[in-house]
Amino acid sequence: MRKPIEKPKSLGTATVFINARLIDPASNRDEPGGLLVKDGLITDLGSHLRRNAPEGANVIDCKGNVLAPGLIDAQVFTGEPGYEHRETLKTASHAAAAGGVTTIVVMPDTNPVIDQVALVDFIQRRARDNALVHVQTMAAMTKGLQGEEMTEIGLLKRAGAIGFSNGKSSVVNTRVMRNVLSYAKDFNALVVHHTEDPYLSSGSMNSGEVASRLGLPGISKIAETIMLERDVRLVEMTGGRYHAATISCQESIDVIKNAKAKKLPVSCGVSINHLTLNENDIGPYRTFFKMRPPLRKEEDRVAMVQAVANGDIDVIVSSHDPQDADTKRRPFAEAADGAVGLETLLSAALRLVHSGDITLSAMLKALTINPARLLGLHSGRLAKGAIADLVLFDPGEPWVVNKDLLRSRSKNTPFDEAKMQGRVLRTMVAGQTVYEYAGVERT
Amino acid sequence: MTSKSNTNALKVFPRRHLLTCEGLSANEINFLLDLADRNADHIRNNGRKRDVLEGRTIINLFFESSTRTQASFEMAGKRLSADVMNMNVATSSVTKGETLIDTAVTLNAMRPDIIVVRHHAAGAVELLSQKVDCSVINAGDGAHQHPTQALLDALTIRRAKGRIAGLTVAICGDIVHSRVARSNINVLNALGARVRLIGPTTLLPSSPERLGCEVFTDMWKGIEGVDIVMMLRLQRERMDASYVPSTREFFHFFGLDHEKLARAKPDALVMHPGPMNRGVEIASTVADHSKSVIREQVEMGVAVRMAVLEALSAHLPGFAEDAR
Repeated sequence: MRKPIEKPKSLGTATVFINARLIDPASNRDEPGGLLVKDGLITDLGSHLRRNAPEGANVIDCKGNVLAPGLIDAQVFTGEPGYEHRETLKTASHAAAAGGVTTIVVMPDTNPVIDQVALVDFIQRRARDNALVHVQTMAAMTKGLQGEEMTEIGLLKRAGAIGFSNGKSSVVNTRVMRNVLSYAKDFNALVVHHTEDPYLSSGSMNSGEVASRLGLPGISKIAETIMLERDVRLVEMTGGRYHAATISCQESIDVIKNAKAKKLPVSCGVSINHLTLNENDIGPYRTFFKMRPPLRKEEDRVAMVQAVANGDIDVIVSSHDPQDADTKRRPFAEAADGAVGLETLLSAALRLVHSGDITLSAMLKALTINPARLLGLHSGRLAKGAIADLVLFDPGEPWVVNKDLLRSRSKNTPFDEAKMQGRVLRTMVAGQTVYEYAGVERT
Repeated sequence: MTSKSNTNALKVFPRRHLLTCEGLSANEINFLLDLADRNADHIRNNGRKRDVLEGRTIINLFFESSTRTQASFEMAGKRLSADVMNMNVATSSVTKGETLIDTAVTLNAMRPDIIVVRHHAAGAVELLSQKVDCSVINAGDGAHQHPTQALLDALTIRRAKGRIAGLTVAICGDIVHSRVARSNINVLNALGARVRLIGPTTLLPSSPERLGCEVFTDMWKGIEGVDIVMMLRLQRERMDASYVPSTREFFHFFGLDHEKLARAKPDALVMHPGPMNRGVEIASTVADHSKSVIREQVEMGVAVRMAVLEALSAHLPGFAEDAR
């Protein structure tokens, strides 16, 4: 099978980052140093470049800030094609660049659904012409995301699809799921699944005391865990490569841990929202906090953070899901799920580092090398010969989120007016700077 | 057939029915193939009816529609001078609620000599054989067995290659639903061939290696250096059940085209039990290529079915006694 193509976007003169704190979770590197970029690739790095710039190179003084691999966001919903009023590949890529994200994986929940080779081609062409960052495509695992007929997994993978998902809905038909896992295995294709039993998840927020108080129908954690348990059994039977897209509770972590203990090819992700927010944030029916899976209790949030820290959860995603005002400005139960998150991903994740719950390296691991390995990408690391996808950030810089200044076309962020500590200073994709913080907020 | 050959048949092929290829010995298979070989030559050189089954009645009892197999059995019976009656049960009293066993008992009362049965359920022919006094030939039961197909395939190979032992045979496509594949695995293994199964995991039976075969999910690799490429019909109704995504994708990865066939030995034979889905499991140009022996398979089908009828007739009352 062909690997997703990652070519340097353009050639140029050498750029050297000096006086940086190099952090690369792939090699456990965390040291003062510098890094040289040429022709879109990292050509040298280490402490010997900390103060020494090769002659003729563009010099970027990092002033002691962190230089790390660009983030890889494995779950991004965009509006293109079909819902361009919410987001386009172009606007999503601008948001990504501003958030230090150098690769986004777009989900197939578009209109039409990305379930055919021509649509994978469409996304790739649109991204090539309009996007600032690398755009990879997750194709649908069932036609129309209906959960009944498998898509052309072999041809779609050959066309460049990086994985196969059923988007925001679960495949309820067990036979179809078994066949998808079996068939995908023949092509070494990754199956990414949103685990939520639709018969148990007709509510609008986490089931429990808060839901009772607000008078909202609740979604029990078992809706997620029961589907995850089923999938793990099917993985055990078929041997297919499986990734639970976003889990949200302690019980799901236990399922994943057990599966990994059996050496099954299983991994999982969590959204940044579920690591930094809980059900209490919903407050007076704030619809920007309405998500799938729903925000859970504080104990679950803490368990998830711990699971990222110790490696039980592999990947952190933004689960960027732009929704326009019309779909959010409704009674809570009727409002759309989802929140934008590309631009605030790194800053929100740094909250966990500042609180002492997770090391910077462990956090970055779940945002760089782990998704790269899972998706078969060559980025996500600082190494000679690797593609120069980089993020330079100041982990201590305070700022306040203003939704009106976000680059996403939709503004449904749960972090509006939130105080953040740590911001992206520069983002480089294949050796090209695609975002640079000017020192002032844009207006 | 002479009395001597009947005695021989009773010794070498002591079975009253032909229900499955599982457990058939190489001797038994070779006996049938030798008989069929002579039949094939006889048909080609002479073509006149023989009187081996004169005065005998054969019922073709087909619960599942079939043109080729039914016609082939009818032709075989008539070439041996039997009276052949075709019963298409799909349009008979079975649809009015009669059970398989009721049908068997009714037919048995008519005292036929041999019943040839095709049924959509695996095991149905075996069940029917327990309820009748005559010989029963399985003409295909569900995804279980199709013995005469495997025998005609073996005869086609043997006539083309001169042997079967030591050859590598690739059986490709929808194996899980194929009675042809199961029967062929039994016969080819018994005769000393090496069998490879090629298909997507969704169309392979569970634990396929336990069947005594090598298993490949990559056709380009699986077909490498084989002597025989045996394609199977992809049952289109399987598409909706999500075993494979589309005919286009199936053909791309598992359909036999010239590019994939080039990986097999230069003198490899192409086989297909028919009816073919051209452009789905086999490219039209490959099906009509000089390497294709698909038409010979049909021809050998009549010869093999004559051989089976002859071999079983040794057990018919009056017939075998004379021979003894």
